[in-house]
Amino acid sequence: MPQTVFAPWDDPTAKPLIRFSNVTKQFGDFTAVRNLTLDIYEHEFFALLGPSGCGKTTMMRMLAGFEDPSSGQIELAGQDIVPVPPNKRAVNMMFQSYALFPHLNVWDNIAFGLRRAAMPKDALRARVEEMLKLTRLERFARRKPHQISGGQRQRVALARSLAKAPRLLLLDEPMGALDKKLRQDTQFELMDIQEKTGTTFVIVTHDQEEAMTVASRVAVMDEGELIQVATPSAIYEAPNCVYVADFIGDVNIIEGAVHPCGPTCYKLHWAESFAPLVASSEQPFATAQKAFLAIRPEKMHISAEPPAGAENTIQGRVHDIAYLGNISTYHVEVAGGRMLKAQAANTRRIENRGFTWDDQVWLSWASNAGVLLEA
Amino acid sequence: MKRVVVALIPYLWLLGLFLVPFAIVLKISLSDVAMARPPYLPQFSWSEGISTFLSQLDFENFTFLTTDDLYWKAYLSSLQIAATSTLLTLLIGYPIAYAMARAPEQWRAILMMLVILPFWTSFLIRVYSWMGILSQEGYLNQLLLGLGVISEPLIILNTKIAVYIGIVYTYIPFMILPIYAALHRLDNSLIEAAEDLGCSRAKAFWLVTVPLSRNGIIAGCFLVFIPTLGEFVIPSLLGGSGTLMIGKVLWEEFFNNRDWPVASAVAVVLVLILIIPIVLFQQNQQKQQEAEN
Repeated sequence: MPQTVFAPWDDPTAKPLIRFSNVTKQFGDFTAVRNLTLDIYEHEFFALLGPSGCGKTTMMRMLAGFEDPSSGQIELAGQDIVPVPPNKRAVNMMFQSYALFPHLNVWDNIAFGLRRAAMPKDALRARVEEMLKLTRLERFARRKPHQISGGQRQRVALARSLAKAPRLLLLDEPMGALDKKLRQDTQFELMDIQEKTGTTFVIVTHDQEEAMTVASRVAVMDEGELIQVATPSAIYEAPNCVYVADFIGDVNIIEGAVHPCGPTCYKLHWAESFAPLVASSEQPFATAQKAFLAIRPEKMHISAEPPAGAENTIQGRVHDIAYLGNISTYHVEVAGGRMLKAQAANTRRIENRGFTWDDQVWLSWASNAGVLLEA
Repeated sequence: MKRVVVALIPYLWLLGLFLVPFAIVLKISLSDVAMARPPYLPQFSWSEGISTFLSQLDFENFTFLTTDDLYWKAYLSSLQIAATSTLLTLLIGYPIAYAMARAPEQWRAILMMLVILPFWTSFLIRVYSWMGILSQEGYLNQLLLGLGVISEPLIILNTKIAVYIGIVYTYIPFMILPIYAALHRLDNSLIEAAEDLGCSRAKAFWLVTVPLSRNGIIAGCFLVFIPTLGEFVIPSLLGGSGTLMIGKVLWEEFFNNRDWPVASAVAVVLVLILIIPIVLFQQNQQKQQEAEN
């Protein structure tokens, strides 16, 4: 069976599950969300990513119904949900603090929402057991929240918010309280559960790695605005501005003035008495326009000898090496004390490395390895 | 050595200021009334020896308490008044504590001060001033008459209503503070989670806020109920002759009848009645501490 790519955002006939239209939210003088328009589609795993105070939590709380927008409209499946109170929305939320009821055991926590919906007893029991199984909590059903570990509490919170089979599940920093190793396992578990249940997930996070791992699309936010909304790979490979390039992963930003050298080819003059750098760009730039070349460290090749046939080459000196086991990051000092980062896989044992601190090295990359961005 | 001494201090305190006085009261309750100073017999003397002294003690006074129905009626009436006023204090104190816990952060310290402020004035003076408010020519009646709400002055002073007003007013801080402490700790996201899962505001209050402030409610109720049961000042100043409370009976036995042995027996029974709620209260406190750890 041929795999169809899941990309409803590219399909102009697809109807979004959630539609923010010109939504603004103000708290006093502070504008948390500014004139924001966004569509989220069914079955998506959508990540709202940004630094604290960027408005991502406000977006989520507006979806849950805890905040009303100051202006604009929010639709769920074509229906305006702004006047609908939180307890009447087909939306459930997993809280950052988990917000498990401390006076109820795991079983009763999961059953809480179902009881409010007056579900018949047998169906309720079956649903709770199903949720316990999904989150592998069967053995802890009778424990109180304070008698289980942090990871287990996180799963209870997830089970409780999924129990009512919401159209939309909101996750507020769901892995914030877990340690790194557990977090990685949980991310995959979360993706698994999302696939199994087919629920639309919207996750809020400040951890870009987490957003990249779990999400079908990522929205990068800053100061109440959407900066870029795209798939994780598009965000990483083709950021639309310096902010996104810098926020997601590691990046070298080289500033300069561009001069066209072909239909999609530009030369970036970045330092006096150094050869200009060649970069390709679909986006047109004017002659002598100020621009930034954003290039990921792993796309820079580092070598002890001058590389033959490379489109861009810069000579430099190894200033620092960060050894991460599988890879190493080299901080290379180039013209004018500028520092560039290059990453290389440690395919050989560390003693056999061709260069070390203070050695002369060459950095090289292809013209299409980086992205040329407007200033 | 130092540690042992430090550990002993609370026990010595308990021994010197509770157990010894209680033993003295117990001894008097087992004695007989006499025209003497102090007005009871036997007095212990070394020449007669302990066995003679002990043989003169008996439970006569306790038997006496069962023969006159004044006493059990007074105990019962005290229990009823204490229970009713505890309930009233809870009904009034809970919303106040709730409002305090929900008030903006910068107001909370001031509100807390306002709750504690009355303690700066003597309890006796505050109860006396209620006489001035509640009497027939008092401020309350003047106000209501002036506003035209009533045409005849209300008779409140020297009724049970005045006693309830006095008790609720005096003991309400003991209800508010533990409930406030419980509500203050309550994470607001729990309420939001309840609403998110389909609760209305009122339902979330019943299913989450109330159960999670349960320990505060229990602590507050005991802190009001226990001292109210033996209350003497409020019923004697505000309740008049119609209000029967064991504290008042005890006082009358002691000062009017100068019957120390019977008064002591009344006190001993009161302590025995109070031990039950005190033990329950301790258990609640202990459970709460365990839950927190």
